[in-house]
Amino acid sequence: MMLFMLLFSRQGKLRLQKWYMAYPDKVKKKITRELVTTILARKPKMCSFLEWKDCKIVYKRYASLYFCCAIEQNDNELLTLEIIHRYVELLDKYFGSVCELDIIFNFEKAYFILDELLIGGEIQETSKKNVLKAIASQDLLQEDETPQSFFDDHGLG
Amino acid sequence: MYPYYEQDWSVLPPENNRRFNPAFNMATIRQAFTEAVERVRMPTPTRLRDLIRQIRAARTAAEERAVVNKECAYIRSTFREEDSVWRCRNIAKLLYIHMLGYPAHFGQLECLKLTASTRFTDKRIGYLGAMLLLDERQDVHLLITNCLKNDLNSSTQFVVGLALCTLGAIASPEMARDLASEVERLMKSPNTYIRKKATLCAFRVIRRVPELMEIFLPATRSLLSEKNHGILITGVTLITEMCENSADTLLHFKKDSGNREIVPNLVRILKNLILGGYSPEHDVSGVSDPFLQVKILRLLRILGHNDPDASEAMNDILAQVATNTETSKNVGNTILYETVLSIMDIRSEGGLRVLAVNILGRFLLNSDKNIRYVALNTLLRTVHADTSAVQRHRTTILECLKDPDVSIRRRAMELSFALINAQNIRTMTKELLLFLEKADAEFKAQCSSGMILAAERYSPNTRWHLDTQLSVLIAAGNYVRDDVVSSTIQLVSSSPVSEQTYITNRFWESLQVTNHCEDKQPLLQVAVWAIGEYGDLFMYGANDDEFERPTESDLIAVYHKFLTSAQVSTTSKQYALVSLAKLSTRLQQCVEEVQALITSFGSHLNVDLQQRGVEFTQLFGNYKHLRPPLLEKMPAMQISRISSQNGESSGSFDDNSPDVIENGIEGNSSGHQLIESNMNTLGDNTNILLDLLGSADLSSGVSDAAVATDLSNAVHKKNTRNANDGGGGGGTTTTNNSVVSNNQDLLDLLGLDMSTPSSGSLATDPSSAANMNNMLDGLDLGFGIMDGPPNPTNGNDLTGMLGGLGTAPAPVVAASGLLGDLNPTAASNNVAAQQQPPAPQAQPALQMTALNKNGLLVQLEPVTGNDCMQIFMTTTNSSDNTLEQYLLQAAVQKSFRLQMLTPSDSVLPPGGVITQEMRVVATSNAVLRMRLRISYELDGQQVVEQTEVSGFPEQQPSNE
Repeated sequence: MMLFMLLFSRQGKLRLQKWYMAYPDKVKKKITRELVTTILARKPKMCSFLEWKDCKIVYKRYASLYFCCAIEQNDNELLTLEIIHRYVELLDKYFGSVCELDIIFNFEKAYFILDELLIGGEIQETSKKNVLKAIASQDLLQEDETPQSFFDDHGLG
Repeated sequence: MYPYYEQDWSVLPPENNRRFNPAFNMATIRQAFTEAVERVRMPTPTRLRDLIRQIRAARTAAEERAVVNKECAYIRSTFREEDSVWRCRNIAKLLYIHMLGYPAHFGQLECLKLTASTRFTDKRIGYLGAMLLLDERQDVHLLITNCLKNDLNSSTQFVVGLALCTLGAIASPEMARDLASEVERLMKSPNTYIRKKATLCAFRVIRRVPELMEIFLPATRSLLSEKNHGILITGVTLITEMCENSADTLLHFKKDSGNREIVPNLVRILKNLILGGYSPEHDVSGVSDPFLQVKILRLLRILGHNDPDASEAMNDILAQVATNTETSKNVGNTILYETVLSIMDIRSEGGLRVLAVNILGRFLLNSDKNIRYVALNTLLRTVHADTSAVQRHRTTILECLKDPDVSIRRRAMELSFALINAQNIRTMTKELLLFLEKADAEFKAQCSSGMILAAERYSPNTRWHLDTQLSVLIAAGNYVRDDVVSSTIQLVSSSPVSEQTYITNRFWESLQVTNHCEDKQPLLQVAVWAIGEYGDLFMYGANDDEFERPTESDLIAVYHKFLTSAQVSTTSKQYALVSLAKLSTRLQQCVEEVQALITSFGSHLNVDLQQRGVEFTQLFGNYKHLRPPLLEKMPAMQISRISSQNGESSGSFDDNSPDVIENGIEGNSSGHQLIESNMNTLGDNTNILLDLLGSADLSSGVSDAAVATDLSNAVHKKNTRNANDGGGGGGTTTTNNSVVSNNQDLLDLLGLDMSTPSSGSLATDPSSAANMNNMLDGLDLGFGIMDGPPNPTNGNDLTGMLGGLGTAPAPVVAASGLLGDLNPTAASNNVAAQQQPPAPQAQPALQMTALNKNGLLVQLEPVTGNDCMQIFMTTTNSSDNTLEQYLLQAAVQKSFRLQMLTPSDSVLPPGGVITQEMRVVATSNAVLRMRLRISYELDGQQVVEQTEVSGFPEQQPSNE
């Protein structure tokens, strides 16, 4: 089971955080800080895995963004890399060649996509098409209740 | 502070000002608000994207803070106003602010309000906020339960989806209990979108509250007969969790899972995946749904573990996956990795195992670091199953020790330790020493302890062993764990005299190197111990290796340096001081300098050092005549072989016995605990002896009986450090007490010590047994005379001591009385067991023969106690051969906890007896069966016997 997932930039700025374990806020911040510094300090040629406390950290860099997941000891590290890659592909499809700015300005969408891929730290859907379809329908639902002309004023803007 | 935002307060009519109006109520306020909003149209709040832009535009942290603070204040004010139109947008902004690390807990309740809204946008943002902001430690999170319950019953699938997703992410045990039945209902929904989410929710519910597993069992039936991959993968995940969680459920699934058996069903799904045609929907670079494949392989592993039939059913498909999977991409390797783990974990065919190890070999040579890491990791998990196959990759593994990547280095180090054997110990140690020198601090402790263990197990000869120990101490410096110090001391003390001289010289040499006294304190401790103990050999003994000897004044100068240096720790100084005292009887000229140095400690700031200073000073004054006998060489300590044996048992057992204590890690750590405690006690010997002497000396000059009493007092002190009741009889015994009371004291002591509850239950008994020996040694030292035949266990020590110390005057009666009383207990080596009061409902002794083969007779004698059953194992050897490395390993069902105490010996001469005690605690109602594995070496040949014993007396489960 995935324990949490963090997205952060090369400058160490957090872009997305998803916690599947109940940690107090303080602990979350501490973990984030520690991992960001440790991972940023690692050289590009090093392997993507890190043994950390009693879990394993799997991370991968895509352009300026680091995707970092914590998994349990028995989990498949290589598969976690595939999950990360799948998420990146989904973001890419959704935003159309995604970049960091897309995720910054549409962070809630990034969360929604992740929530259609994983639930409770386990993968729920292995078909890209199905995930995107679910997201699209929900976006549509949102647009329906806020007519386009009003969207700017009444939606998130 | 923010006049712009606070203008809305000014529109409140003064009579509605809630601070002063006694007639204040919510309705009037709300009405006033609405009116106010009507009258003064509030400006539209900043849009989310605008806020993000503003924050990003901030050039300094202070500027950013200012923007955020301003916005937060505004958001708070809208929350206060119960503004529902903009709530969604404001929460979204707050979530962004939260991600930047600012506090956002004040949005928790607003999130709950959003989730209760009817608009989908509100719900979507509300649940997102709930997942990010709610904390299960605060009761607020329970308020969402009702909302979730409503939405789980919604007619819109996406609303149900949101609720399920939220439940999956933040389900607390309370929530899980409240909503489990809803989730169970949704698991049977015809809608696949809802069904897959509900299944994973069930997974999370079980994670949080395992007892709820049963209600989900019926719903899992049909999951595996679906075509939809979402349902399949979530179903497999759920079943995996259930099977891992309880052995009963595992059985349930094996026997009955709907119409089909589970293993063939999974095999069929897997086969369809790998042989079925190309399906673009689930294809990942040429592999069909790797996510599902991996999950199925993992479930197969659990189902096939220790189950020959199930393993048989999956052999073919595993072989197919292993050979047919494309390996050029990460996806293929992902599946191969999982397949290898499964092959090694089930009862697979030999050929399949070879295939698996070959795959790992290929992984190890892969240029991708990730694959290499995985290979090392897997090899470590499988090394016990097939060592020789892994040995072939030794050079590659050693190469990985030099990798710049810490993850790979750590794995390589652990694997290297697993690969060490008698043949390669020299080369492996050389490589590991190189690694140890350059290793990061975090590795040093683990690596040095590992090397010491390996050396202890496989060292080809004493000199090499001593050299290695020294090199480790030098290379690891201050990072060495304490157990290394004591084990080195133990090793030196049990070495032949020539080696003792040699190593003392080497220690002395190593001390000459600068800095060795500050950043290598453990080395310093061992070195001064050896110099003190073997000072006579070192300075004046035979010098075969032609070392350069220091003059006595050089030696004292070095001690002076250590003892006065601020960088040397107190512990090291304690070692040095004791060593110096010992040297005073071994040196020929510089005794006065020694005395001066010791005396100077009589006023040391540290209490312990001061006490030692004062006590030792006494030995130069009135009680001078006692100094030589008191500071005699310590008897050789017995090397406890238990360490290596325990390590071995946890590894090799794991693989081929069904009901074994399976947790390798646990086994290892408990083994380790044992070793440490053993070593510590042995290391303590010095202190115990000296303590004994110290107090004996201070009070002596009266009668000899007094000495004896004091001795026992001292022992008492030592042994009951942790006991609540320090009393016993020992403390109060007066000087003229009779022998009987002394006896009593000692027995009291023992009783007390044995029953003392200690934190590490495993550790208690070996240490108390060792203490017992210490005490006997101490007594012998004091009395110096022994009547009657020497007993088998410490006869050697005793006679050794007597040789040196035959002079001390003591009442013969006392000595013989004491020893007479103590001998039987000491001889059995099951001190703890014998000292405990007999169990109240003691049953007639039942003796069971576990093995009777080739003259080897293993008998078990169970004794049911209050909360645990003690089983005394007695092995007798009636053959004409000596059995070496005798090792008994035992395993019980999972519903029992097994604790094995130290065996009395590991060598069985003809006619010899080894005893060992086991304790079994039942955790649930079950009939105890015990599987035994007995291994020994006969003429250098390893012999292994296995047997199973049942028919133990019934035992009530403990109430823990």
